[in-house]
Amino acid sequence: MAESSAIRPPFAITLPPATSRSNHTGAWRTERPVYVDLLPPCVNACPAGENVQRWLYHAEERDYEAAWRELMRDNPFPAIMGRVCYHPCQTACNRASLDEPVGINAVERFLGDEALRRGWTVEPTEPDSGYRVLVVGAGPAGLSAAYHLRLLGHAVVIRDASPQAGGLMRYGIPTYRLPRDILDLELARLLELGIDLELGHRVDDLPAEMAEGGFDAAFLGIGAQISRRAYLPAGDSARILDALSVLRTVADGGAPVLGRRVVVYGGGNTAMDVARTARRLGATDALVIYRRTREKMPAADVEVEEALAEGVRIRWLSTIAYAGENAVTVERMRLDEDGRPQPTGELEELPADSVVLAIGQAIDPSILSDVDGISVVDGLVQVGPDFMTGRAGVFAGGDVATNDRTVTAAVGQGKRAAQSIDAWLRGRVTAAPPPRRLATADRLNPWYYADAPAAVAPRLAVPRRASTFDEVVQGLDEATAVYEARRCLSCGNCFECDNCYGMCPDNAVIKLGPGRRYTIDLNYCKGCGICAAECPCGAIDMVPEQT
Amino acid sequence: MAVQRVKFYQTGSFAVGNRLLDPAMRSVQADPARTNAITSGHRACCGCGEALGARYVLDAALRATGGKLVTVNATGCLEVFSTPYPESAWQVAWLHSLFGNAPAVAAGVSAALRAKGRSDIRVIGQAGDGGTVDIGFGCLSGLFERNDDVLFVCYDNQGYMNTGVQRSGATPPGARTATTPVEDQTPGNPFGQGKFVPLIAMAHEIPYVATATIADLRDLEAKVERAMQLRGARYLHVLVPCPLGWGSDASDTIRLARLATESGLFPVFEAEHGEVTDVSPIRRRVPVEEYLRRQARFRHLFEPTRRDDLITRIQARADATILRFGLIDGKEA
Repeated sequence: MAESSAIRPPFAITLPPATSRSNHTGAWRTERPVYVDLLPPCVNACPAGENVQRWLYHAEERDYEAAWRELMRDNPFPAIMGRVCYHPCQTACNRASLDEPVGINAVERFLGDEALRRGWTVEPTEPDSGYRVLVVGAGPAGLSAAYHLRLLGHAVVIRDASPQAGGLMRYGIPTYRLPRDILDLELARLLELGIDLELGHRVDDLPAEMAEGGFDAAFLGIGAQISRRAYLPAGDSARILDALSVLRTVADGGAPVLGRRVVVYGGGNTAMDVARTARRLGATDALVIYRRTREKMPAADVEVEEALAEGVRIRWLSTIAYAGENAVTVERMRLDEDGRPQPTGELEELPADSVVLAIGQAIDPSILSDVDGISVVDGLVQVGPDFMTGRAGVFAGGDVATNDRTVTAAVGQGKRAAQSIDAWLRGRVTAAPPPRRLATADRLNPWYYADAPAAVAPRLAVPRRASTFDEVVQGLDEATAVYEARRCLSCGNCFECDNCYGMCPDNAVIKLGPGRRYTIDLNYCKGCGICAAECPCGAIDMVPEQT
Repeated sequence: MAVQRVKFYQTGSFAVGNRLLDPAMRSVQADPARTNAITSGHRACCGCGEALGARYVLDAALRATGGKLVTVNATGCLEVFSTPYPESAWQVAWLHSLFGNAPAVAAGVSAALRAKGRSDIRVIGQAGDGGTVDIGFGCLSGLFERNDDVLFVCYDNQGYMNTGVQRSGATPPGARTATTPVEDQTPGNPFGQGKFVPLIAMAHEIPYVATATIADLRDLEAKVERAMQLRGARYLHVLVPCPLGWGSDASDTIRLARLATESGLFPVFEAEHGEVTDVSPIRRRVPVEEYLRRQARFRHLFEPTRRDDLITRIQARADATILRFGLIDGKEA
């Protein structure tokens, strides 16, 4: 009987668990998933080259100090930037295709203010190099260059003709956009790095000052400080001022006599600044005259909107034909086929106690005219892609060299020039980083993002704006700032949502732990592409296998 | 109550995990130490929805029961691709018998455990739609009416996919299968046939009936957890798209499950003792066409000539389902 039971088929078959793992299904694959890190549109758009997505990532975790330190790698003025930047990052933000762009600028301001409140500081990242660099001009470009040069270990001296540092941040931008205590605090923190600032020192002979001070290189960030004049037919008694001197007088604590009816000629941010300033100085009527349409207006949308909210009036497609005593004659314009404004001959007289010209600024060539190698073409100092002028060791950036004309662009140019100066001093050739692919909106899988409209920064009530220079835009509180930061989609860069790990039918995605992301187990990945399709932020590419 | 949505600004409401979330609040599938009840090396097709569904359900059940779980599996894709002799992909106590008797075997295992005084060990029966709505339906109904202490899970891929894509009672109208070919005026699977077993399960007035899809993991996990809190007969019907049988891109598996619910064709709801207690409202409604177009089994609705008559009938089914279950916010069932 024992024999017969031995040949009886078994009642059941038992298979050991997980023995399937000997079957390497990865051999089926024709495509493999590859994690990528793409260039987020916000980073791509930032004139200061901030790694916006990266600092938002830290802010999302409420690690505001890490966020601020990431920001400070590129920009020494987060609190200023969070107030005066026209945030092209938000214009580029992919979240606009879902609801509204992330309020990057407001979060930046929150971080900047938090740093000032807590007294966070930075230290040079490199040991002293022994090189000395002269920075001419204490505006945003010069200060940014000085900051980055100091971080890189160089000794820096800044010279500026004005009694105080800041350039147009102090003498151009009205206080309702940038309170001066914020400017002073961020300037003080920058100087504490060990940067020498010599104010009231106009540099008239650059080569001599460089030789005298033993400077190995120089950066020119002298800005464009001369208001352009247009030929304006005007009567003897017409009161015509230029925008920069109006703003500077106000910045110095004075009150320029503008009268009750002020006409501002121009369509840029300076025109808006001066019109809004005129309202605050008591003008009942602040009228901006601009030759083209609103769409063509160079002023930032937010400035135009705030100006209109404050009662500034704007006449588009108009020019001033004649400025007389207490009146201007305005001519209507029309756009021709090329979009250029042409006169129509239709005239209208409007009351005006003063006319302020805000039609752009030019550089003062006087300190540059005698310097061998430096050339000025079309009102700009000519520089190469490394910001070096025709004279070896002399670099330039900001308004003196480019037409970008924003604080943010100047800060970015100061940084890039500092990097070039560093490379030039040390005799290094810096290879341009390989171009990164842009993380476009079509790569997103927006299903996974919760609906979350933008938080709006509170603004000062309009009636108070017309009478005071108090700051218009208020800051976000902590809860709102973290909410706003968490609206970031993390375009093109893994933020560890676990979708790939959770949705792989073959358990072929290995989770490496917090901050370390994932890797693909190619032994088992069949290449279905679910991970790539369901990745919210488009951080996975499917790449054909080589056969 | 359906799953309590984690209201998080970035992701978290819909994604598997979220680095900003307390680990205790994350999904089972986000856990690096999840069981992987069905592990790598199984022979499911590339992009298989059923492999995913089974792991989602069993991993959640294992967490809910502290690992005290026995699984009974009917014949079908899930059994064939997971246990080709001598391999097994399972990391859970797992039993296979026949195609048609999984509910009966599960009821037997449950009775045996009760007899041994081990009612702490829970039982899950599982099958595809063939094993559930057709071949195993008699003993499934028996399990329900006896209120045996079993959670029975149907992974619905709408056909007999393992044997070569034949029609089942869960195949939707208009779909082409091997046994419902498209010829001349025939639309594929005829309209007016088939059944929706969750409603039949509800007619048994068992403690818990729910539907889910692999496109909403947190909802699915919450339903498994809820089911394991209850005793008696429970039924979970999970829609699992099948790239092979549906003729869809392997990468579209989750997307199709999502479109099935967002179009209104597949209602996601919960019921207790025969009454619907909660529905998952449609978040972003889409026309059925968006769902149909991605599947070769519906290609004849668009090529060579567009069959608006059939598309309209399918849309009407979706509209009726939305109305019946109240899938659009503000409309009650």
